[in-house]
Amino acid sequence: MRLLAFVARRIFQAIFVLLGLSILIFVIARVLPGDPARTALGARAPQWVVDRLREDMHLNDPLHVQYGFWLRDALQGDFGISLVTRRGVADDVIEFFPASIELVLLAGFISGAAGIGLGTLSAWHKDKWVDNVIRIFSYAGVVTPAFVFAILFLLLFGLVLDWLPAIGRLSEGVPRPPTFTGLMTVDALLAGQFATFWDALKHLIMPALALAMGAMAQEARITRATMSDNLTKDYIAAERALGIPERVIMGRFLLKPSLIPTVSIFGLDFAASLSNAFLVELIFNWPGLSRYGVNAMLRKDLNAISAVILILGVTFITVNIAVDLVVRGLDPRIRLSAARSD
Amino acid sequence: MSTPPLLEIKDLYVHFGVFGGTLKVLDGVNFTVYSGEKVGLVGETGCGKTTTMKSILRILPMPPARITGGEIFFKGEDLLKMRAGELHRVRGRGISMIFQDPTAALNPVFTIGQQLGAVVQYSIEGKRLSRKEIWERAIVPLKEVAMPDPERMLNSYPIQLSGGMRQRVCIAMALVASPELLIADEPGTSLDVTIEDQILRLLHRLVKEKHVSVILITHTLGVVRETTDRVYVMYAGRMVEVAATEDLFSNPLHPYTRGLMDAVPRLTGGGIADGIPGRIPDYLNPPLGCRFHPRCPHAMDICHQEKPPFYKLSDNHEVACFLYRNGGRGTQTP
Amino acid sequence: MAEQVEVGEFAPTITRQQLRELQRKNRLDNLGRAWYKFSRNPLSIIGGATVLIVVVLAIFAPYVAPFPEHARPFTDFANASRPPSWAYPFGTDEIGRDILSRVIFGFRFSLTMGVVVLSLVVPTGVLLGLVAGYHQGSWIDTVIMRITDIFLAVPPLILALAIASVLEPNLFNAMVAVSLMWWPWYTRLVYGLASTLRNEFFVSAAEAIGGSTAHILLREILPNMVSPIFTKISLDMGWVIIIGSMLSYVGLGVQPPKPGLGTMVASGAKYLPDQWWISVFPALAIVVVVLGFNLLGDGLRDLFAAEEV
Repeated sequence: MRLLAFVARRIFQAIFVLLGLSILIFVIARVLPGDPARTALGARAPQWVVDRLREDMHLNDPLHVQYGFWLRDALQGDFGISLVTRRGVADDVIEFFPASIELVLLAGFISGAAGIGLGTLSAWHKDKWVDNVIRIFSYAGVVTPAFVFAILFLLLFGLVLDWLPAIGRLSEGVPRPPTFTGLMTVDALLAGQFATFWDALKHLIMPALALAMGAMAQEARITRATMSDNLTKDYIAAERALGIPERVIMGRFLLKPSLIPTVSIFGLDFAASLSNAFLVELIFNWPGLSRYGVNAMLRKDLNAISAVILILGVTFITVNIAVDLVVRGLDPRIRLSAARSD
Repeated sequence: MSTPPLLEIKDLYVHFGVFGGTLKVLDGVNFTVYSGEKVGLVGETGCGKTTTMKSILRILPMPPARITGGEIFFKGEDLLKMRAGELHRVRGRGISMIFQDPTAALNPVFTIGQQLGAVVQYSIEGKRLSRKEIWERAIVPLKEVAMPDPERMLNSYPIQLSGGMRQRVCIAMALVASPELLIADEPGTSLDVTIEDQILRLLHRLVKEKHVSVILITHTLGVVRETTDRVYVMYAGRMVEVAATEDLFSNPLHPYTRGLMDAVPRLTGGGIADGIPGRIPDYLNPPLGCRFHPRCPHAMDICHQEKPPFYKLSDNHEVACFLYRNGGRGTQTP
Repeated sequence: MAEQVEVGEFAPTITRQQLRELQRKNRLDNLGRAWYKFSRNPLSIIGGATVLIVVVLAIFAPYVAPFPEHARPFTDFANASRPPSWAYPFGTDEIGRDILSRVIFGFRFSLTMGVVVLSLVVPTGVLLGLVAGYHQGSWIDTVIMRITDIFLAVPPLILALAIASVLEPNLFNAMVAVSLMWWPWYTRLVYGLASTLRNEFFVSAAEAIGGSTAHILLREILPNMVSPIFTKISLDMGWVIIIGSMLSYVGLGVQPPKPGLGTMVASGAKYLPDQWWISVFPALAIVVVVLGFNLLGDGLRDLFAAEEV
């Protein structure tokens, strides 16, 4: 019951925040000087056509009325027409969003597994050379922006070593898998097309890795710090003193409390990944929502910009709620602090 | 005593490597416990009591800490020379420890059942117990420490328990495998005085029922007097005096012990005492010779230069102080 | 006789002048001790030195750069796309400009961005956080923190990009965009700290005496938060510079032909891998600056943490 109440409360808050966000975006979009209708139709369209479009777009109404129309449409899934692609923004989103999700998911998985793994390794061999190497690497990972890694990988693996393909999601001539989830790798697996899966994976791995580096480094640092902190805690010594074998302590009783801070920052790392995806997708020409978003921003495609920000906002909030749930699962002190008996 | 000791610490030296140098914490500790005894260990905070005990079970944090000399014999075997696998036999089974702060000694993200269950599981060699079996076996020590509602306790997290209950859980965990020697590090210190009293009584009863030998660490002299057979007094990494409890209280010999006794506020006359002037030494650069000499009202030249050995004044009473060099009286007790 | 000042029950009275000298000596001592602690860690020194070098280079760019005119519109096709050499240590770009000089000038944009953004963001964010934290539980708190939540609902760069995209693309607007989305982080930090501190005794005491809210916020609560705020500022310099370079990369920050670091990476990207130096050196410059601020920030954090013990 408490769990349900927590989730319900968070969703409720999220709705408010999203509403506020939409207002914010809306205000920003309308701040732009110039006439959106004119921009949409071009300089040579006759004025009466532009005026008609202005009526249709409700541009002469007061701002809050405009917002009302926009909101109503948005809730029905209609985000307007994109200036750039000349079709419904909703359609664009549906086409490009899965590619970004695939990228960000793999990046998240890599950074989580590798980050925690490296951090643990570092803590177990504290101050020895393994630890020092990992620490240097982690530091480098944190200060290097993702787009630098992207360029680096592109150069190294794509062009110099020619191990991995540089552009797109699939090589020419490779058949697209049927669309179950929109994630090509998953779809290919589900359809049993292993060659396609392998090809899609090869295209996915470089951008995902570039995206994952920063978060991986961050998580490795925090895991290492937490673990080496917890290693000196009394309860670990007590567990040893009571005869629990070292491997059980390391693998179970030390691991769980040490994961808590790392998982907690996962939300922030995810936000960073979503941000960095903008540049990484650009560099690898990955057909995802972020690349679409960047183009929209450069061309001042207001409808597309609003939709992209909203979608990303929803994604981010959802991930945050999920992360909070996991942290509560790991750490009973959070959910039980009201139930303490002393 | 003619029977071999259960536990014998000989000349234990423990150093801690820290940023500015080496902390020479334990400087030749000697400590013996016989089977069936309750031995007290008193000394102020920072004198090395816990470090000594942790050395026995070898749970010191080993990067900063180093055992640089000495031997610890448990039933004839040197614990310091044992490998991990052999140590495992001793920890929790031969020797068990109750920590000072029960809140810190319990893993906050696991239930009592999970922690106690792990202790139960690994106290049995070779056999893998089913969850049900572990549960059944775990309830037993909880009942012994008089826990209300043991089943619910197993599903609780430490944060849900009061300080007294946490301490009882720690005691329960220590007694799971029926150890022969129980080290109780200031049990109840972090609790209410009334709860502390309960805990001490509980310990007293359990110790009697199970015939365990006990090392009771405390800095409360009153507790020592009521519950122990013999007492060690420790100062700055060395034992300075050991005696049968009654002897120590009726005839404290070492100047430090005398200072401790005098420092206890009395209800009748005397009022609040002055305490012992000075502070415990800096372990980075400890004083040469007797480590107490900077604070000792009877310090002599030799105290600055040499470490006093133990002088045996009677069967039950030894003291490490040059005042008793010739088996003499030292100074008269006022 | 000079004016006597009482300093306490057990201390003799001293002159006001002596008191001032004592205080000054105390401050110097603290500074000395802080420096000593800071200098024990070689990484912090490296960070501090790096930042110092970058700042000096930026300030004296026209005198330090070998070809300062290359930072302005300039072409020299005869020397275009030359790899790194003694004459041009970082090589030249596709229209013959010396990359080393342009990188040095590029530091100016990066540092300007960092300084301006943080100068705007820190006072605003901190003030809002103080007010919200002090009035915790009231409608002021709710309003401020909900607005903060809204801004934080979107990953940082995205909001900056969005704001920058509706404005004219240039450095000034990039700074506006980043400032608009950066302040909530300080508000959140200070809010957490302030809402804990407001329950402390000294706050109630100040209230009881009748201290004004401004006094309580600025002279009682704020001084206790100086260390985490300063640490964050130092680390943030690095992040702001990265976000600035990302905006420039995408085309929304420093516009070519001006030598913004991100801008240079972007325009050089088309010439990879053959003329790698056009992109790589500006990218490395970004990494070095951020590394410097990060090391400095870590050093400060360790310094303050140790002090608290």
